[in-house]
Amino acid sequence: MIQFLFKGLMRDKSRSLIPIIVVALGVIITVFLQSLLSGVIGDSIESTANFTTGHVKVMTRSYSENSSQLPNDLALLGVDTLKESLQKQFPEMTWAERIQFGGLLDAPDSSGHTRSQGNVSGMGIRLLNSTEEISRMNLGPTLVSGKFPSNPGEMLLSDELCRKMKLKPGDKVTLISSGMYGDMAMYNFTVSGTLHFGITMLDRGLMIADIEDVRSALYMENASGEILGFFTNARYDNKLAKEAAKSFNAQYVNSQDKFAPVMLPLSEMNDMGFLVAYSENVQGIIVTIFIIAMAIVLWNAGLLGGLRRYGEFGLRLAIGESKHEVYLTIVAESLLIGIVGSVIGVIVGLLISWYMQTVGWDISSMMKDSNFLMPSVMRAHISSTTYYIGFVPGIFSTVIGAMLAGIGIYKRQTANLFKELEG
Amino acid sequence: MKTIVEVKNLVKKFPIGDGFFTALKGVNLIFTEGEFTGLVGPSGSGKTTLLNIIGTLDVPTDGDVIVLSKSVGNLSPKEAAQLRKEELGFIFQNYNLLPVYTVFENVEFPLLLLKMSAGERKQRVLETLEWVGLTDKVKSRPSQLSGGECQRVAIARAMVKRPRLVLADEPTANLDAANSHHILQTMEKLNRELKTTFIFATHDEKVIGYLHRIIRLADGKVVEDSSPLNSPKGDLKSESSQGTITNNNDLDSSPSGRLGGAL
Ligand SMILES: Nc1ncnc2c1ncn2[C@@H]1O[C@H](COP(=O)(O)OP(=O)(O)OP(=O)(O)O)[C@@H](O)[C@H]1O
Ligand SMILES: [Mg+2]
Repeated sequence: MIQFLFKGLMRDKSRSLIPIIVVALGVIITVFLQSLLSGVIGDSIESTANFTTGHVKVMTRSYSENSSQLPNDLALLGVDTLKESLQKQFPEMTWAERIQFGGLLDAPDSSGHTRSQGNVSGMGIRLLNSTEEISRMNLGPTLVSGKFPSNPGEMLLSDELCRKMKLKPGDKVTLISSGMYGDMAMYNFTVSGTLHFGITMLDRGLMIADIEDVRSALYMENASGEILGFFTNARYDNKLAKEAAKSFNAQYVNSQDKFAPVMLPLSEMNDMGFLVAYSENVQGIIVTIFIIAMAIVLWNAGLLGGLRRYGEFGLRLAIGESKHEVYLTIVAESLLIGIVGSVIGVIVGLLISWYMQTVGWDISSMMKDSNFLMPSVMRAHISSTTYYIGFVPGIFSTVIGAMLAGIGIYKRQTANLFKELEG
Repeated sequence: MKTIVEVKNLVKKFPIGDGFFTALKGVNLIFTEGEFTGLVGPSGSGKTTLLNIIGTLDVPTDGDVIVLSKSVGNLSPKEAAQLRKEELGFIFQNYNLLPVYTVFENVEFPLLLLKMSAGERKQRVLETLEWVGLTDKVKSRPSQLSGGECQRVAIARAMVKRPRLVLADEPTANLDAANSHHILQTMEKLNRELKTTFIFATHDEKVIGYLHRIIRLADGKVVEDSSPLNSPKGDLKSESSQGTITNNNDLDSSPSGRLGGAL
């Protein structure tokens, strides 16, 4: 019997081909959207993590409460030991100290007088003898002139600010800032390279120097505003990050010390919670939309197809099937169509996603001077979810569509089903 | 003779708007096994309605119909389907063949529901197609057949499971005279040799000429119930005497058992 229906399905293209195409198209879009959104959102999260928040960040309690003011007077002390214990407690993560600071850059003329000045927002990161942070922050492509620092005292400066201050690589500047203990700090740097990000906030006045230089400049011996933690070779996982933070913070829960370290997951920093929640729910949202949309399309297709088939249904009832059996076969047929359409859709969808993952779509020209930390190449991200997500709307929508369309059999009197074919 | 269908005080009302339309107004009839009977009457007299109720495709409003000892009013949908599956055959005015299936598959369909083995199905289908003279069209699609051929496929489909009762609603309405006589002769022969009971609904004079019993309906009531003395059309007799249809499965093996070729 199933074989018999299958034959009919194969031969009647309007019954098989059209629904399969509808399902496959819907599934392709579902798979592609899922991978693209999770790619783009995931990449945005990673950029933010790599640039500012880490997957988790360790600070002192007071620093975390005032972090927008970059209060280096509240920085972590004894960073060596703290980092060591972090490494021991979380071997699956890597750790990077960073210092954020603000200050004034002063460019002297040949006689030592001020030639030009500019405000900078600075970052101290590990730059010398390691490319880890350079590649993490993806600084490579942003270097417009000069080179990355290779000696102490060298630093990177926003290209825009350089031009404003009439500086070029090799020029000397003085950073004027406030030290960790509130006193004035002055330190000489040499511009080794200039950077352009295409992000207004950064291009206005970013300065990046090696963290040891920054420590010297701001009198922050073995101190650091923040220690960023990253899951090694993995994307941000909110559950893991929260667990890590919970287990770390548990050690200090009874401490009254406002300089005690505290760990925050990315989702609790910089308003990232919304993006994380969105990325966690994006699959559900896409799937729901597509189940409803495709079910409506297939329901109507089923109604049209069903109308043509009332003669067949009537005949089958006359031959000795009950309405219930006919209804079940309609649903079984739709299940088959759903599976076939979904398989095709998932394969094609994965291919497109794979292309968008490896090649991507360069949107940098479209978003000059954006305000967000956004990756300049849109990329899809194929995860385990991508492989099965298409089946959910693909199969649900066909079955729901067929179930709705099939109700017509019950609504009609058996004898009337034959009349549909007459005339 | 054994009673196959008993119609008792049958009333059928259809809801129309706020009220009802009474299509059958207290019909009493008894059909015995082996009959070749027609419900005859003008359009709207209730022929199809009565046939549908006998065929368990519709239910009585009042009264009862006993089909093969079962009261159709009391059957569950499942029991009714079971009765149709095992005992009843239907022939429709519009043939109602499934367009995507071949002649063979259309005829095979009822046997699939009976869960017959593939080998047995094949033998049955071919044998039945032989009765109606369509062995050369086994692989054709309905769209490739003439109206007469289509109706012969429909007859084969109704007969393939050897039902005890065949209900045929205007089987000749879409056929020309030659084809009408052809299929009527086929059915008459099946009736005679397999003892299958046939009940027709018709107003076609050609059909009426073949009937052994004529039940006239008018306005939902039986107005005449007669058994014409003139025997069925004679021209078939000489031909059919060449062979007989046997009600067992060894038909293939006996050349004398071939009916299809004679028709
Ligand atoms: N489902 C229905 N709803 C309402 N009225 C119906 C329904 N089915 C049949 N009727 C009415 O019942 C009456 C008898 O219909 P029926 O189909 O039995 O007539 P018939 O004798 O078969 O006619 P015909 O020769 O035209 O086929 C008609 O007046 C028809 O309009
Ligand atoms: Mg009728």
